[in-house]
Amino acid sequence: MPSYLFWLFSTIMLIGACAVIAFRNPVSSALAMVTSFVGLAALFIGLSAFFVGVIQILVYSGAIMVLFLFIIMLLDLKDEKRRTESYLPLVAGLALVGTFFIQLVGVLSNKLPNQIAPNLNAETLAKAAESYPEGTKISEALTAGRLPDIHLIGNTLFTDYNLPLQILGVLLLVATVGVVVLSKRQTN
Amino acid sequence: MASLNDYLLVSGLLFAIGLAGVVLRRNIIVVFMCLELMLSAANLTLVAFSRFNVTENGLPDYSGQMLVFFVITVAAAEVAVGLAIIVALYRARQTIHTDELVSLKG
Repeated sequence: MPSYLFWLFSTIMLIGACAVIAFRNPVSSALAMVTSFVGLAALFIGLSAFFVGVIQILVYSGAIMVLFLFIIMLLDLKDEKRRTESYLPLVAGLALVGTFFIQLVGVLSNKLPNQIAPNLNAETLAKAAESYPEGTKISEALTAGRLPDIHLIGNTLFTDYNLPLQILGVLLLVATVGVVVLSKRQTN
Repeated sequence: MASLNDYLLVSGLLFAIGLAGVVLRRNIIVVFMCLELMLSAANLTLVAFSRFNVTENGLPDYSGQMLVFFVITVAAAEVAVGLAIIVALYRARQTIHTDELVSLKG
């Protein structure tokens, strides 16, 4: 991804994130969060993680945002009142964030290896095709010079990460049952 | 081309903004959104590491993207359960401002 696109989408993402905490109205915050996540999805796609970028938009900007808006409208909230009392939490919070930021700058001022993203040109991809069995979709796409992102993710997910995937299925079932139990109106 | 440091800096900033929101805001739904921002900052780091550290065959390290996939799924489940808890809380107390939820305070 060219440098100016990286900085453009990073700026969109960070401004969206700032807007989430700056707006008083929770509906505006939810929409600012979507802006932030669209910028983030663009960064993912710039890192050639196409599948992750697409599910970022589908899951976060689609499903989770709708869930948030639904709950905000269900609860019929007023705007948050401006606090006039103690400023201690504000100072403590900003100090915490400032410390974190100073630490971050300290860590990043050291030179990390792999500063430049390794090339993913047709030559590299054709060479990578040799490590996959011939005739498969992955090997065909790699030979043609395309990155079969979804096929590679599927391959990794269902071979190396098969057990975690099934545990994740159980987790989703437990979450579904938990939500139904929690939102059932208690009757005596 | 943006370097790995640029990606780590941007994701650290996103994390710091999310942390500031969790500490500063009093509306529990907005606090929840800021938690999502912090999770996404971690995701950005993972995808950047996956892209910048290739495996021996020259492709990005897909283990990092697997972790992102799992994090997104767990975050979706967490949001569903958390919002159900918020609805139950609102039914019991008629408020979602963290300043007013003090019944555990001695």
